[in-house]
Amino acid sequence: MNGLRILRIGPVASVQDMGRPGLLGQGISQGGAADTLALAEGAALLRQNPGLAALEMGGMGGEFEATGPLRIALTGAPMAAALEGAALAWNASHRMEAGQRLTIGAARAGVYGYLHLGGGIATEPVLGARAVHLMAGLGRAAEAGDLLPAGSDNSDETGLLLAAEERFNGGELRIVESFQSPLFPEAVRTRFAATAFSRGSRANRMGVEMVSDGAGFSADGQLNILSEVILPGDVQMTGDGKPFVLLRECQTTGGYPRIGTVLPCDLPKVAQAQAGASLRFRWISLEEGLEIQAAFGKSLKGLPAACCPLVRDPAAVRDLLSYQLISGAVSADADPFAKGEST
Amino acid sequence: MDRQDTAAYPLVRRAGLSGILVSFGGSLNEASNRAALAYRTAVETLKLEGVVETMASLASVFVRFEPSILPHGRLEAALRDLLAEQDWLQAPLPGGRRFWRVPTVYGTDLAPQLAEAADAAGMSEAQAIDSLSAARVRVLTIGFAPGQPYLGSLGQEWDLPRQTELTPMVPRGALVQAICQFVLFSNPAPTGWRHVGQTGFTLFQAGADQPFALRPGDEMQFEPVSKPELLKLCEADPLRGGAEAREIGA
Repeated sequence: MNGLRILRIGPVASVQDMGRPGLLGQGISQGGAADTLALAEGAALLRQNPGLAALEMGGMGGEFEATGPLRIALTGAPMAAALEGAALAWNASHRMEAGQRLTIGAARAGVYGYLHLGGGIATEPVLGARAVHLMAGLGRAAEAGDLLPAGSDNSDETGLLLAAEERFNGGELRIVESFQSPLFPEAVRTRFAATAFSRGSRANRMGVEMVSDGAGFSADGQLNILSEVILPGDVQMTGDGKPFVLLRECQTTGGYPRIGTVLPCDLPKVAQAQAGASLRFRWISLEEGLEIQAAFGKSLKGLPAACCPLVRDPAAVRDLLSYQLISGAVSADADPFAKGEST
Repeated sequence: MDRQDTAAYPLVRRAGLSGILVSFGGSLNEASNRAALAYRTAVETLKLEGVVETMASLASVFVRFEPSILPHGRLEAALRDLLAEQDWLQAPLPGGRRFWRVPTVYGTDLAPQLAEAADAAGMSEAQAIDSLSAARVRVLTIGFAPGQPYLGSLGQEWDLPRQTELTPMVPRGALVQAICQFVLFSNPAPTGWRHVGQTGFTLFQAGADQPFALRPGDEMQFEPVSKPELLKLCEADPLRGGAEAREIGA
């Protein structure tokens, strides 16, 4: 079977797809890619189904060898990538021949980069999906020596480029009220939206800590409310009133109160914020939220048509690759997880 | 505001962008838990187009749906109609329930927060073990992690708040306590509850024919054993750590 052999890999890389909806009642959250937009972008670049699995790489990539001819695409947090030493454009699709080596370095912005294979990564599904769910104990992180098997590939088109939606440097998160919002006094909710946050040091695929100056954000009866369903995007206040934005691999229920729910389409921005990135919350109505989310769904459908041929003009290429390392030798020194920031 | 007065319930509220939560009570209560289990089954039976999944928690039913197919107003109306059909607080427990007896080490280095919990409940450690091990508790809901039960209810003396700081990690099979309930952990995880007991019970096996050991409505009792006894039981029975189940008679 064609595939990519992992020669070297960062500590928080795992195979991800859109996850496992339908198991909430058994205590398993949907999980799946932290940045689902990146999955859709990779699928558009390879002209395939966005439900196919890709390798998610937190903070840094690795080194890979093709066991046969393959198509690949690179999306999500931009990382320095090179094929046999020659720089590769990010957010683009490329071809690899048997025996060729791909190196992917540290994220220049954002957190999670994605390596897609033509035909998808065809690991064995568990409970209906290939997504590794560490919290649930489904699968494990990728390791050196693993083979990422490619599924059957129905296209041979490569050399496409897609402009990535900016989501790698924090920004504004749109949030709707949820059933526990009224537990927080109006003044606390107002102050929440007026506060400048930065991403804290504790962040992983389950959730991301938000830190700010000044008082915490406490609900009435903070520690004694009944455990209730948790949704990805919920902003949970721990006992000391510190917000965590919960992501798709969060637990399914919890008793810490949640002030509101970030729109699904803004979650890639949460997951991709590096430690220290500036973030703010803006309250919006349910109606606005539904409109924004619907528009996002529509924009996903437009991704395949937005792919354009990778420009070969050297001047343009230099511009496109302006952040790439000119030697093609990839540095992994800037690994944001090396300082224990991943948990 | 979550009121404790029962007059406010059942409550139909919005959960995030595409969820509805139907709650039968704001505090732990046998009747509202039974109502939630029965109402969830009834919602599933409606097979509404646009409903993605449902889940019962301690006293609520969550319905996730696709608003472009099933608008909020239409789903809310359907859920209210279903609420009006019967007195859900009188609904019976699900069938096919089992009673599990689970060997448990209380305290020691395996479960280091027993003393702290006993103290908070105003008991000696020995009294706390007697009290906790005598309780026959029910699986109120499965949640937080795969196959992981919330178990209740314990007496009011165990209405202890969660800790303000998380315990960084408890192991698989940990029995933790807060707010008149136990949780038995299916995987190592951080928790705000106190780690009072340790079992060798495996709640979830991804590859098995029956991946989930427990069902809502099952009953459990955590019987005290010494640390050497538990280790021996786990060696003989790595999957259940000596736990035994029998059907609860119909």
